[in-house]
Amino acid sequence: MRYESPETTEAAVELLAGEGPRCRVLAGGTDLLVQLRAGMISPERIVDIKRIRETQEIRVDDGALVVGAAVSGAELGEHPQAKGIWPGVVEAAELIGSTQIQGRATLGGNLCNASPAADTVPALIAAGARCRIAGPHGMRTIPVEDVCTGPGQISLGAGEFVLAFEFPVRPPRSSDAYLRFIPRTEMDIAVVGVGINLTLDEGGHCVSARVAVGAVAPTAIVVEKAGATLVGTRCDEQTLEAMAAEVRAACRPIDDKRGTAEYRTAVAGVLAIRATRIAVERARNA
Amino acid sequence: MKGEADSAVDRSKAKDGPAGGSETGGEKGDTPTRWIGTRPVRPDGVDKVTGRARFGADVHLPNMLVGKVLRSPHAHARIRSIDASAASALPGVKAVITRDDFEDRPSEFVPAGEMLVNYRDMVRNVMAREKALYEGHAVAAVAAVNERIARQALSMIRVAYEPLAHVIDVDEAMAPDAPLVHEDLITAGVEPPPTAPSNIAKRIEFVHGDVSKGFAAADIVVERSFRTCPVHQGYIEPHACVASFSEDGQADLWCSTQGHFVVRGHCAKLLGMEVSKLRVIASEIGGGFGGKTVVYLEPLALMLSRKSGHPVKMAMTREEIFRATGPAPGTHIRVKVGMRNDGRIVAGEAELKYQAGAFQGSPVQAGCMCAFAPYDIEHVKVIGHDVVVNRPKAAAYRAPGAPQSEFAVESVIDEMARKIGMDPLQLRLANAAKEGVKAAYGPTFGPIGLVETLEAARDHPHYRAPLAPGQGRGIASGFWFNIGGQTCATLNLGEDGTVALVAGTPDIGGSRASLCLQAAETLGVDATRIRPRIGDTATLGYTFLTGGSRTTFASGMAVIEAANDMIRQLRKRAAMIWDIDADAVRWVDGEARPAGANAGEFTPLSLAEIAGSAGKTGGPIVGRAQINAQGAGPGFGTHLVDVDVDRETGRVSILRYTVIQDAGRAVHPDYVEGQLQGGAVQGIGWALNEEYIYDDRGRLQNPGFLDYRIPVCSDVPMIDTVIVEVPNPSHPYGVRGVGETPIVPPMAAIANAINDALGIRFTDLPISPPKVLKSLREIG
Ligand SMILES: Cc1cc2nc3c(=O)[nH]c(=O)nc-3n(C[C@H](O)[C@H](O)[C@H](O)COP(=O)(O)OP(=O)(O)OC[C@H]3O[C@@H](n4cnc5c(N)ncnc54)[C@H](O)[C@@H]3O)c2cc1C
Repeated sequence: MRYESPETTEAAVELLAGEGPRCRVLAGGTDLLVQLRAGMISPERIVDIKRIRETQEIRVDDGALVVGAAVSGAELGEHPQAKGIWPGVVEAAELIGSTQIQGRATLGGNLCNASPAADTVPALIAAGARCRIAGPHGMRTIPVEDVCTGPGQISLGAGEFVLAFEFPVRPPRSSDAYLRFIPRTEMDIAVVGVGINLTLDEGGHCVSARVAVGAVAPTAIVVEKAGATLVGTRCDEQTLEAMAAEVRAACRPIDDKRGTAEYRTAVAGVLAIRATRIAVERARNA
Repeated sequence: MKGEADSAVDRSKAKDGPAGGSETGGEKGDTPTRWIGTRPVRPDGVDKVTGRARFGADVHLPNMLVGKVLRSPHAHARIRSIDASAASALPGVKAVITRDDFEDRPSEFVPAGEMLVNYRDMVRNVMAREKALYEGHAVAAVAAVNERIARQALSMIRVAYEPLAHVIDVDEAMAPDAPLVHEDLITAGVEPPPTAPSNIAKRIEFVHGDVSKGFAAADIVVERSFRTCPVHQGYIEPHACVASFSEDGQADLWCSTQGHFVVRGHCAKLLGMEVSKLRVIASEIGGGFGGKTVVYLEPLALMLSRKSGHPVKMAMTREEIFRATGPAPGTHIRVKVGMRNDGRIVAGEAELKYQAGAFQGSPVQAGCMCAFAPYDIEHVKVIGHDVVVNRPKAAAYRAPGAPQSEFAVESVIDEMARKIGMDPLQLRLANAAKEGVKAAYGPTFGPIGLVETLEAARDHPHYRAPLAPGQGRGIASGFWFNIGGQTCATLNLGEDGTVALVAGTPDIGGSRASLCLQAAETLGVDATRIRPRIGDTATLGYTFLTGGSRTTFASGMAVIEAANDMIRQLRKRAAMIWDIDADAVRWVDGEARPAGANAGEFTPLSLAEIAGSAGKTGGPIVGRAQINAQGAGPGFGTHLVDVDVDRETGRVSILRYTVIQDAGRAVHPDYVEGQLQGGAVQGIGWALNEEYIYDDRGRLQNPGFLDYRIPVCSDVPMIDTVIVEVPNPSHPYGVRGVGETPIVPPMAAIANAINDALGIRFTDLPISPPKVLKSLREIG
């Protein structure tokens, strides 16, 4: 097994393309190294992308946030503007693991590991974030929800990797929130996770809303109908209940060691309501 | 002799010597002591925080090999054949062992820890013989020059299994048509003995009074059924050892264990060695809680070392720990209690079914004995069943057997208090066992502190603190026997007057500090001048393991006796120097003084002065003790807990927790508090989240701390503690064991608190969020 740490995107693409499927991108390694040690994977080559400048940047261009794919949760959390603009995305990233894990874990790794329960993914999807992908044929940009195709499966081709996440410019009175349910208070995997991103008008009516749910299907899902339920309302309790009903209807969870399908579905609705309340509160003050 | 005993404890500041221990009902600080009850920094502390301390996997020897175990993928399978030829031929592999390397052993029961072991079973547990009896059961092991080759070799061993139907549930295992874990197991304790084999290894019965009379006199009777899941001790340090056999048949074994003398006995037996040829050295230990009182890797490492001629290191992964080491048993328990309307309990009946795992020997007997022990009840009947199932063999876990049965009883008692509208604490006080009460399991209690813990709970601000709407408060008490047993200790006096203390009980909970304090108190010297060590099996006489909450009590008694032995010699040396009679010398405040005016006028001689001249007065001074410590004091505790329940997700949060326990005497209060807090935290995990999840083929789905959810720091509030001191008259300073009782009350205390919050009585552990939400939805 060989370890490479290229400094440019081009070099990384070349190294990745060369070895084919037996090559792995390394960002923080908090998933990859665990899988390596457990004998779940045995790649020929590991390409560490952390020395590539673009993967490490956090920028705000005219109000649009760009976060490098290999920025750690801790760095994102400490950035002076990121949390103000996208509190839901940043709180999701900060939920990952512990202080030690926070020093390493990245958005790119969380997405590309393709766990249905990954915490940042519903928040990123709700935010409408897009992935900037580098590859042998140059750059392309796709919505986050187009990356994961199933548990452990992503749509990226040979030689491709995620360089950065691009977030849309926010209208006034916009905010987001992410909540997950775990039986413990930390160091656990989401039984359900819900991200919501919304914008209010001056009168406090919701003008747009996007709801995404994790751990209730093979990949995180957008629940268009849930968002639509909120639009035009002041997100009163009755509307929230209707929104939660849409969320529950969209859930297709399995029974496993982390929760029953019935439980996951019930709690998805609860979290959707609670996350919406938080996002509304934030948007009023944004 | 009398003069000696008196002088040993005669300290100018003390009006009453602590020896004899005749005082009862004493409060903290009743007996003036200089060291007992203080909180100095622990002698092993610095090495632990700097990482210098050596744990089981930290021993490295030249030419050392790595040993790895091949484990059964089946919950139950006959082993037709094992072909290890390809693995043996792999370059870098130095030895492969299977069942053929271990001689079979006759069926004989011998005591180990707080349980009995059978070597016929033990030889099969360390290495499967006729059948693999649980997923993770060791089937072969290899030693190779590195881990990669060892793993590769494992993958080359061909095992022909014939999978068999398996059973992991205790009720299913007791059913007449259940798959048999052992085809020759005949239930013991039934007359006449059954003719057909079953999975019920043993039936036991404790009867006290006549329950039918008791229930006839009751105004109300409540009967409930409870289920608990197996739970792991959750020690952080994995099992690890290094074995080194030499060509002349002698061997050294370093391991992380609660009892190296017990390990020596087991390994010598399994390897067919004389015990004197095997020296076992206990490493520092990163937690055990009972789980390190048994052998798993040690006999395999020794066998691999003997076969390869190299030292062999073995360490388990966390996954191996979950799949192959003993948890506390899962249980099914029925409890029936009869009470008069005035709150007097008149009858108690229980039937306990405990999962022993793959081999008999669950702690069901202790479960039966403890079930009603906290109460003074005239009529009690308890029946227990020890049931084998296709899971790893159950091992000790703090107060083995008691938490399950006392959870059931304490839940029923809470329910009855509510029924008659009596405060559950008052109800417990009205029925509490006290000195002179004959316990349902046989003995008559001496001075015990249950009433004192209940009174301390009643008087604690926690008990009266207001609760917010929706929150709940629970209370439960608990009992554990505590033990003494065979123990040695040595005090070696250095030429500068400092002392090397050697004990034979591995230090898990700060016992080296507590032993130093007891030696310092007795010798009258500064505790920092005593350095404690855990001696290996060749350094001391046989010393039973650290378990049964016995170490501070029993090793403490041995250390006190060794100190008195040393004082006897010191007085003799002083007498020699002064040329007077030894009886005319007193030992006071760490120095020899003439006993009175008649003895003559001499300047006192300090420990250092006598030590410095020892060469001229008869040679080295060594205090020794070899005792069989008797009179361990039973431990009682009462826990108070407040909870909040998220009614939409079913998640229970622990808001406040107070542990009150009788320590007899808290030698080093930090470590008593640590035991109390640790028990509460483990109990919170047991109550709320911990469970083994199996698939339909008997394979464990959550072999790691990610999905086997012990609490993390943020899950628990600061656990408040109150130490009650009702001295144990059998110990010179009044010590009782404290390590096990704290795991007994939490499950019932939490279930009772949840009931207080929701009006729902949970009888199945863990009370996990999905269960709570489901019950909430059922009641609407
Ligand atoms: C103790 C612990 C606790 C954890 N807690 C949580 C938690 O609470 N919530 C949660 O969601 N996760 C959790 N995780 C999982 C993990 O930390 C996260 O998924 C993390 O975000 C992964 O990021 P990473 O940079 O470490 O990824 P890596 O391990 O470096 O990579 C993960 C995968 O993504 C691929 N990859 C990485 N970056 C890219 C890229 N830019 N382009 C293409 N492919 C890429 C890698 O090849 C690999 O397959 C935890 C892990 C541990 C060990």
